[in-house]
Amino acid sequence: MNERLTRRLILAAAAPVSALCIAVALSAIVLLIAGSNPITAYLDMLEHGSKLETQVDILNRATPLYLAGVAVAIGFKMNLFNIGVEGQYLLAFIVAAHLGAQVELPQVLHIAYVLVVAMVIGGAFAGVAGVLKVTRGVNEVISTIMLNAVVISGLAAWWIVEWQAGGEISATGGRVGTEPIDESRLMPDINSWLEFFTREVGFGKELTGMLIVAVVVGVFYHVLLTRTVLGFDLRSSGANQHASHVGGVSPKRMIVIAIVLSGVVAGLVGMPELMDSGYYPSNPVSGLGFLGIAVALLGRNHPAGVAVAAVIFSFLDVSSGILQVTGAASREIVEIMKGVIIVTAVIAYEVVRRIRERDEAAAAAAAMTNPKVPSDNPPTAAEVSV
Amino acid sequence: MLKRLFALTSILLAFALLAAACGDDDDEETVSSPAPAAEESEEEMAEPEEEMAETEEEHSDDDHSDHDHEDEDHSDHEDEATEEMMDLPTVGLVYDIGGRGDQSFNDSAAAGIERAAAELGIEFTEASPEPDGSNREEIMQLAASEHDIVVGVGFLYESAAATVGPENPGTMFGVVDSGMLDFSADPPAPYADNIAGLVFAEHEGSFLVGAAAALKTKTGTIGFIGGVQNVGGLIERFEAGYNAGARAVNPDIEIIGDYVTQAPDMDGFNSPDRGKEIALAMYEEGADIIYHAAGGTGAGLFQAAQEQTEATGSKVWAIGVDSDQYLTADPGVREFILTSMLKRVDSSIFEMIKSVIEGTMVPGPTAYDLSVDGVGYSRSGGYVDDIVDQLEDFRAKIISGEIVVPNEP
Repeated sequence: MNERLTRRLILAAAAPVSALCIAVALSAIVLLIAGSNPITAYLDMLEHGSKLETQVDILNRATPLYLAGVAVAIGFKMNLFNIGVEGQYLLAFIVAAHLGAQVELPQVLHIAYVLVVAMVIGGAFAGVAGVLKVTRGVNEVISTIMLNAVVISGLAAWWIVEWQAGGEISATGGRVGTEPIDESRLMPDINSWLEFFTREVGFGKELTGMLIVAVVVGVFYHVLLTRTVLGFDLRSSGANQHASHVGGVSPKRMIVIAIVLSGVVAGLVGMPELMDSGYYPSNPVSGLGFLGIAVALLGRNHPAGVAVAAVIFSFLDVSSGILQVTGAASREIVEIMKGVIIVTAVIAYEVVRRIRERDEAAAAAAAMTNPKVPSDNPPTAAEVSV
Repeated sequence: MLKRLFALTSILLAFALLAAACGDDDDEETVSSPAPAAEESEEEMAEPEEEMAETEEEHSDDDHSDHDHEDEDHSDHEDEATEEMMDLPTVGLVYDIGGRGDQSFNDSAAAGIERAAAELGIEFTEASPEPDGSNREEIMQLAASEHDIVVGVGFLYESAAATVGPENPGTMFGVVDSGMLDFSADPPAPYADNIAGLVFAEHEGSFLVGAAAALKTKTGTIGFIGGVQNVGGLIERFEAGYNAGARAVNPDIEIIGDYVTQAPDMDGFNSPDRGKEIALAMYEEGADIIYHAAGGTGAGLFQAAQEQTEATGSKVWAIGVDSDQYLTADPGVREFILTSMLKRVDSSIFEMIKSVIEGTMVPGPTAYDLSVDGVGYSRSGGYVDDIVDQLEDFRAKIISGEIVVPNEP
């Protein structure tokens, strides 16, 4: 029995660890082929990553990645492929930026107001895809891709002109964007929280306060899935719609709820940038929605797994700068590493799943031939919960 | 069994503690390292002379307690190594998305830094941001901690430089295509004393190629393709100058204008396929010369000119932008490039680096216009040789102020 326990633990850790090792090894080969020294490159990355300022960068980049990853993961739990996170967050971003600049509330209320607007817009826009799916049978992959285009080349392009700010960020300044929200009404950075444990953060880097929101979202996602009736319904309906339907869970209702929740979280993806700059620029950071798909995939849709995946991706992104500046490697190696990690992780998880299945089959077979074994040694509570 | 579980947990705990301990080590290291780095860059500019003075003192002044010197020698060891290089500054060039190889804007910047390396002997490194543009500030900061001069290629570096500049007072910054003026101040003032903006009078250069188009057209219809509309009115400047130049030659000329995308969709600067479609449609409508201000999208325009000419038998033209595209474009399409509006990103970067070396860098905007050859038109291929006199005439009038070129439509 104990052998089985350790075996299970080893198997659980095997997939991510082996994926990482293989990815590092394969990337080293690519680096060698490209004529760079992989050891210098990796050392540069680690040395750079060990600096506090870099860690702030990593967390700042990981925050929107994590939110995007969770948004996609919520969809995945219900077997929905929400490719529309990209459009949902950009739309929520521009509307929240605009509406946020129209009112003047006390700071805390103002932050809450902006976040709620973003979540409502993100959820409502994702809901369009959900309603299309349950009433007209439109595949959400198709509809969300189309809706992305509606936002990116349609609504956002139109509104940025409509809501263009005059004055300090007008055309003459070379910057374009919506009316800025006054800094005193934006979410402050949480450098002081970090500095309490470490030291002063240099180079004017600011750790985004949205990190706290992201953590709350992660906890909420975990509790929802594992501790609520709705979460159970979502998971069961996602695992088998028909069986779950027989059990009294309407798949249509679950589809709409899942995609709206996904959109609500997606609405927050643009908020770290908004809370930093206060306005929607003509060139917001884009592509986070698509990266979120990879992050959710790598994190196995698990709240903690997605966080780890977001940090890994963010670390790689942040490394691209130092590799170029020290001349250790070109920035494309980072993209290659990301791709290799995803592929190896997917393969490793699949291999582990098969080993597990084989183990279970073997255990079941053993139990069949020798039915006395289980009753001799009933599992303890501790073991069951592992 | 429980015992074993306990053992396992305790091993895990031990690992966790170890990991935590390692983490602490890292933190301690970081506590000390960035601070000297910051000081280093601050001191680098000023210190060489001090050091010289110091060593002289060391020889002449024996009364000085040796103790002090030993201490200083110890701490300054690393600085000395870097300072030997300090006679010539090193440059970190940060490109716009895409980096080298766009046959246009970034390549022009690359030409400038290579010229500076060859003629001024500076050393440089290059870097490009992530494709989504999320880490401009990071790579600018990284370049600033390694170099004495940092040049950002493209106005999108404005906010990054405005943040990073004041944090690195020992480094000089230049941003191409932005005035680097803080418009929230009244009157607008440079963001910091160490940040220069390199701006171009694109409308003046566009005026000349617009005049060339109007002089050369046989159908009386010409076209304009802009990359992205509404990026701070940047591309509209090209259009305004082009239209004004064409109308100065022929007030009744018909000009078809179109943009590939609108901000925030920046694909318009790198969509040869869409550029080709738009260009073919314009040629169909009767335009026989089309000017593009759309970066990499221009390659599609050149292909369209080739296809249209081969399909109809009557020659149509394209006008290039930024670099002399007769020299940089695909050899097969060169014969269709009438001229190019030159935006001398290369010379602006060269001049900026030179001004830092000479100690004459001016914070805020430096305008590169016709009078200093910051913009102009190319004559490669010899297709505009017959109208050079008229173009030079316009050029002289613009420089003298007789013609004022509008910079917005």
